[in-house]
Amino acid sequence: MTTGLFFTQLLNGLQLGVLLFLLSAGLTLVFGIMNVVNLAHGSLYMMGAYFAAAGFNAFDGSFLAAALVAVPGTLLLGLLIERIVLANLYQRDHLDQVLATFGLILFFNEVVRFIWGPASVYINVPSWLSGTINLFGLPYPAYRFAIIAVGLAVGLGLYALINRTRVGMLIRAGASNPDMVSALGVNIRGLNTLVFGLGAALAGLAGLMAGPIVSVQAGMGEPVLILTLVVIVTGGIGSIRGAFYGALIVGIVDTVGRAFLPTLLRELFDRSVAQAVGPAIASMLIYLLMAAVLALKPQGLFPVKHG
Amino acid sequence: MNHLEVRGLVKRFGGLLATDHVDLDLVRGELHAVIGPNGAGKTTLINQLSGEIIPDEGRIVFDGQDLTREPPNQRAMAGLGRSFQITSVFNDFTVLQNAALAVQAHAGHSFRFWRPAASEPALTKPAMAALEQVGLAARAHTPVAVLAHGERRQLEIAMVLATGAKCLLLDEPMAGMSPAESEAVVTLLRQLKGEHTILLVEHDMDAVFALADRLTVLVYGRPIATGTPEQIRNHPEVREAYLGDQEHA
Amino acid sequence: MARSGAARIFAILLLAGLAAVPLLAAWLGQPFWVTLFTRILIFALAAMGLNLVLGYGAMVSFGHAMYLGIGAYAVGILSHHGVDNGLLQLLAALGVGALVALGVGAICLRTSGMAFIMITLAFAQMLFFLAVSLREYGGDDGMQLQNRSQFGPLDLNNATLLYYLAYALLLAVLYGFWRLVHSRFGMVLRGCRSNERRMRSMGFPTLRYKLSAYVISALVCVLAGMLMANLTRFVAPSYMAWTVSGELIVMIVLGGLGTLVGPIAGATALLLVEEGLSSLKLGIPWLDTVVNQHWLALIGIFIVLVVLVLKQGLYGWLVARKS
Repeated sequence: MTTGLFFTQLLNGLQLGVLLFLLSAGLTLVFGIMNVVNLAHGSLYMMGAYFAAAGFNAFDGSFLAAALVAVPGTLLLGLLIERIVLANLYQRDHLDQVLATFGLILFFNEVVRFIWGPASVYINVPSWLSGTINLFGLPYPAYRFAIIAVGLAVGLGLYALINRTRVGMLIRAGASNPDMVSALGVNIRGLNTLVFGLGAALAGLAGLMAGPIVSVQAGMGEPVLILTLVVIVTGGIGSIRGAFYGALIVGIVDTVGRAFLPTLLRELFDRSVAQAVGPAIASMLIYLLMAAVLALKPQGLFPVKHG
Repeated sequence: MNHLEVRGLVKRFGGLLATDHVDLDLVRGELHAVIGPNGAGKTTLINQLSGEIIPDEGRIVFDGQDLTREPPNQRAMAGLGRSFQITSVFNDFTVLQNAALAVQAHAGHSFRFWRPAASEPALTKPAMAALEQVGLAARAHTPVAVLAHGERRQLEIAMVLATGAKCLLLDEPMAGMSPAESEAVVTLLRQLKGEHTILLVEHDMDAVFALADRLTVLVYGRPIATGTPEQIRNHPEVREAYLGDQEHA
Repeated sequence: MARSGAARIFAILLLAGLAAVPLLAAWLGQPFWVTLFTRILIFALAAMGLNLVLGYGAMVSFGHAMYLGIGAYAVGILSHHGVDNGLLQLLAALGVGALVALGVGAICLRTSGMAFIMITLAFAQMLFFLAVSLREYGGDDGMQLQNRSQFGPLDLNNATLLYYLAYALLLAVLYGFWRLVHSRFGMVLRGCRSNERRMRSMGFPTLRYKLSAYVISALVCVLAGMLMANLTRFVAPSYMAWTVSGELIVMIVLGGLGTLVGPIAGATALLLVEEGLSSLKLGIPWLDTVVNQHWLALIGIFIVLVVLVLKQGLYGWLVARKS
């Protein structure tokens, strides 16, 4: 286990964390303000990746075209879902919301199989990002670094939006006490649409960026969705700060854990034990982490204080 | 020994001092009313006494036991019962089932999986007795969802009685009741005191002065006076803060 | 039990119909129906188990499929090591299931609402990945069972016998739950569903009752899992996929939340619809292909519609009607 290898995995963890943050931010805001759980958020991520691939392949391998199709496309799709399905669920209990959005997941997975077939579709890393860059003497893929950079920039942007603008103030107020905000005469419908649209756009962006480095196929949204749920629960529902730190922690723990835990166990234990148990524990690591956090702080690490 | 003793109770919500060094004593068998303008912190006080909120400072001693930090179910088991200002009954059940559930809470454990609860006299008899006391016996098998508001408030009281509590914390039991319904509750409370110790938070001044053995007046979370109805009626600070300078009938 | 006459008749017809399936299948010469309906019975059993906490206790667990997995893998793992004794398998399954349910339940019940749903889902995923990583027991692909469970003279290789075993178990659990929901324990559980704050303020230590209900519901799913392994002679992590948990919830809501027979009706309806769609032959070739291959999309829309339109579920609607 060299330092270089560890550092690389750490960066990979950061990269995964940043993607998770893009997804968690949207989901946690939607849940915090509109009190709606949208399991189809993972499907929006998947559609972002598929739209990106479609744009990429339709326009002769242009990543720019992919981006121009993916983000607005997912935004529009998200708003459509919100109007047609979710708007009817705001007053319903969580069970109904979970079920309806679960139905949407099944639907979108099949639609994607119907249009693009069951095999993976491909989108390539843009040529100007296909090299490696030098980080403190360590070579690291430029594209992955770009993901980290974009993600952190979005994080900063969201921070500025939430903490420094009027809209952000309304969003924070809405997360803390939605009834009051509505009673104060704020256009809550407009705010909801804005928040939901923002979440959908972020999911589309995540899908676009993940496209070149993951397998774009039906069902790709669900494992990511579940990681996102773990992030939100660990970080604190409704909290952007919780989503940020939670995402980074989950991304790093998962990546570094999978890479090094089996090796670590082989150092400490008998080889056969390590081989049997290592991968199992590595894949359960983040759930164990979540369970530990919840055992001590049931509201998550950075809970939103409710008015 | 007093039935309930409260010393130096303090509760802050951010910058707001909701409960400001409250001292309170409940003598066994008395009906002690707590009155005060809106926002005086009466419900916050009851919430601390019943365990829904934990105070920042102070002590609550019930029957010699320090209950300051105990959860609500422990206080109920100790004999301290509480009714809610906003009716909090079980809408999915009938009137009798509601009362029986209250009895069940104090009738041993509930790890019984076979025998129907409705067939247990140990549950239904005390439940019917409580319903009779409040005057709801005739409605025993009515689903709570169709009860009138006044009847639901009566059920609130019945449920506290059914738990066998000896000290009752009643949070505006007559809220939203017609004069006739309020009369019935006044009669009921008159019957209950003596056997039970009652802390009554109420806005209905006629009822309060008719029933209370003693009153405490709470203003901005602080008790400004404690005494008999006569003493309170003539207390200058109270007249100014709450009752106004008009002669109270 | 059922409050309206129509509901009672429906329940009797359903249970009678299910009892008659092997006879009808034999008469029609279609043994496939026995397999299909055994699967229906197994899911009905699992759905009934989940309904105890979901319908009667308002605990939305999105991870109950993991108990199906525990039941199935108990049979699979022991069988793999040569232990075919059904009783031992049963004890192992129930033992492990109870321990896991106690642990998972204790942690999850520290939260409520949305967090509870997400955490139960996350734990189920945890177990799913654990199963995937068990390469000795088939990993992602799963493994075949050499033999079915041996319960003395009962030969579970006989499809009809297995069917009636599942049916008997279903009836037994149905009756047991009927007694349970009206008992003291059941009243506490339903009280918690109705108004947990009031329950606590009356003196009930609600956590221990909710946890007990969670464990009981988990054990019923474990039994269903054991039957599943015996039906298919196969165990795989896919038994614990979160989509299975979702389908269980759909069955309950479709049939009628918080009714005893509802989950049975829901499981039957959903699985028959799935079966029907995947083998539909309307005569229009392109439409048939689309439906046969992508029926899951139609199920998805069906679920959305059920939630938006049919709030009380099929059976629940019957129960709520004035007779």
